[in-house]
Amino acid sequence: MSSSSSSVHPGMGAPGTVRVSHDHHHLGFWRKYIFSTDHKVIGIQFMLTGLVMFLVGGLMAMAIRWQLAWPWTEMPIVGKLLFPETGKVISPEFYTMLFTMHGTIMIFFVIIPLLTGAFGNFLIPLMIGAPDMAFPKLNMIGYWAMVPGIGFAIASFFVEGGGASSGWTAYPPLSTIETAAPGSGQGQTLWLLALTWSGVSSMTGAVNYVTTIVKMRAPGMTLMRMPLTIWSLLIAALLQLFALPVLTAASILQLLDRVVDTGFFTPTNLVVNQFNSEAAGAAAGGQPLLWQHLFWFYSHPAVYIMVVPAMGLASDVIATHARKPIFGYKPMVYSMSAIAGLGFIVWGHHMFASGMNPALGMTFMVSTIMIALPSAVKVFNWLGTLWGSRIHLTTAMLNALGFVAMFIIGGLSGIWMAATPVDIYIHDTYIVVAHFHYVVFGGSVFAIFAGIYHWFPKMFGRMMNETLGKVHFIGSFIFTNGVFYLMHQLGIAGLMRRTADPYDYEAFAHLQPLNQIISICAFCLFTWQIFFVFNFFHSMFWGKRVGRNPWKATTLEWDAPSPPGHGNFDHELAVHCGPYEYASPLVEEDYLMQSRDIGAKPAKA
Amino acid sequence: MSSSIQAYDPEVDAPAHHHPIYDYDSGPPVDRGKFAIWLFLATEVMFFTGLIGSYLVIRMGSPAWPHPKELLAVDITAANTFLLITSSWMMVRALDAIQKGDKGGLVKWLGFTILGGSVFVGVQVYEYTVLIHEGYLPNRDLFWSTFYAMTGFHGIHVCVGVIWLFCVWIGAVRGSYTPQNYVRVELAGLYWHFVDLVWVLLFTIVYLM
Repeated sequence: MSSSSSSVHPGMGAPGTVRVSHDHHHLGFWRKYIFSTDHKVIGIQFMLTGLVMFLVGGLMAMAIRWQLAWPWTEMPIVGKLLFPETGKVISPEFYTMLFTMHGTIMIFFVIIPLLTGAFGNFLIPLMIGAPDMAFPKLNMIGYWAMVPGIGFAIASFFVEGGGASSGWTAYPPLSTIETAAPGSGQGQTLWLLALTWSGVSSMTGAVNYVTTIVKMRAPGMTLMRMPLTIWSLLIAALLQLFALPVLTAASILQLLDRVVDTGFFTPTNLVVNQFNSEAAGAAAGGQPLLWQHLFWFYSHPAVYIMVVPAMGLASDVIATHARKPIFGYKPMVYSMSAIAGLGFIVWGHHMFASGMNPALGMTFMVSTIMIALPSAVKVFNWLGTLWGSRIHLTTAMLNALGFVAMFIIGGLSGIWMAATPVDIYIHDTYIVVAHFHYVVFGGSVFAIFAGIYHWFPKMFGRMMNETLGKVHFIGSFIFTNGVFYLMHQLGIAGLMRRTADPYDYEAFAHLQPLNQIISICAFCLFTWQIFFVFNFFHSMFWGKRVGRNPWKATTLEWDAPSPPGHGNFDHELAVHCGPYEYASPLVEEDYLMQSRDIGAKPAKA
Repeated sequence: MSSSIQAYDPEVDAPAHHHPIYDYDSGPPVDRGKFAIWLFLATEVMFFTGLIGSYLVIRMGSPAWPHPKELLAVDITAANTFLLITSSWMMVRALDAIQKGDKGGLVKWLGFTILGGSVFVGVQVYEYTVLIHEGYLPNRDLFWSTFYAMTGFHGIHVCVGVIWLFCVWIGAVRGSYTPQNYVRVELAGLYWHFVDLVWVLLFTIVYLM
């Protein structure tokens, strides 16, 4: 009664209504491209920022690979600039900082911003037929909240002691006791601030995405007619809403431990480097393991925030370029939801070797292995989509197929790791490194490439060069496997990760040649991205002009002009069928767009 | 493959000039802002779940834990709790007033709510001052670490709520809200009730348990 009478507010209207406004839009350069509230511009801002940070994180990976292949040798080109004191050689402390910041940057400032920030912003309103996000200003704030986060992360390199070096997991007491390591000084404090700001960015984004998807769909766009990309972004946003606040709480507690000497994560009588912080006046009696629980309560769902949208993007790309409806649309939706739901009760599998109660470990093992079921449903459905289809091997499709292949390998090694007895042997070895790089690099990054090649024409109205794209894919695919497949061998041999010079142990000395092969592949992989960078920027200005629907795809974004103008759609929309009506017998063409009314009653979704 | 790519055709592909903006509404009959505030409150629930969960784990895992009434002025805080709960009731009166078109009532009851919140924060600051003066700092032991973290985060939330309500109050003084348009009052109110509810939980486990 009373609450429903507040209908004057702009966001309000009876379901199914349309509000038509005539808004003549002329903005200056700053409002149009820098402090824009347009979801498309914000999406592209996230994309460019994410790609630049990808370069930064990638350079760190190259330095790590240099050290692992030829430890304590002079680094070519940049060594003189970076390490004047040590004679162009990486110091052990710097190596520790490198892998910490590589992980942090790649997760918080590359993969999450690219998937949810760039694709989430660009695609959600376009694919559901909305003119913009529900809260455009909040959306702008979300992008600009990430900027101080990046600032803190970069600034940490220049403070005394250098950047954070307790791993991207920041386990106490290494991360809370300032004397524990050089990077446990100011660098760690800045790291926590960087994380908090990136959290603010994710949070504002997630609220916006969920509200937009629930409240702003075009008429006829029922939930079960939404493209899988939209489903995946909705699920990822829900994961962020419910998991991220716990990490925020935990990082603030760690910040308090560091700044005002509280004792949440500091055990009693802890002596680190001859220094007892308790005797120096800090509180103690806390639980280091509590941090691990809180951290992984967020960071395991974060793994799914990083892979579920990739699954959505790949599904859309595969259906479009295979010219066939996605096999098992509803099982795809349910399996993504199941992966996300189970994702909340599996965090303990990161802690099998932490001294946690083994009985608890077993429950985490069972719930983790259960995730293999929905994941397998997805893989079989992608294969089912490809079966008997008319595959167009475009660059986008190649990358999407690369995603499926890599995800299978990364998923399978995930099952070994989920089993406690196996994990106790391979814990903290290179198998773990191989596993999560297969999922995040082989999986998410290839899906991101697929998404960029697929939606680039919509973003800029121009095609990317297909030949350069294929060269880029083939090289990237080969070298990715060259880098990460061989790491399985290192892991089986017992090589532990996060060690600046493992060959100091005689047992591992024979692994150096294998590491050298990996490093050469890594350098090639890095250099190979020149094809992408050139193609991306060249095509932005000089690519072939395309129209609204270059791929003859079915979803709503292909109804808008390329690139879409202010308000996205220049005509009224209504949705008449599901998102993947390829090879439909109802029409002459091999695709039936969601917005096209053929008068026939569509098959049940 | 280039043959399968649809080429640019100005007839179909050029954007229409001077088209209106179509903004559809698909979801449940709820204001967008209200929907979003509930999502935001869900994140706040998880935030305090993390904090309260940590408190319980640390307290249960400690070999000894003083009873709060030996160290804290429970009676003063109990009165303060009563004040905060009363301010929630005042907020309800404020919303009720504007729904009935009573703009003066909105200004009055919102003012009382803000006053209640401000006094609550004032009493908490006084409590902190006394404790700090007596040497009970957050680094003294885990009891005080957790005490300041729990009550401090809630205090920050109350401050944000007071500032938020004050912004709404300025709008109310200017007469911006009507029985048809009061959603901003409602949003601030939802947040305020949440903050009060969290305090009831925190008061119980930090002061009484």
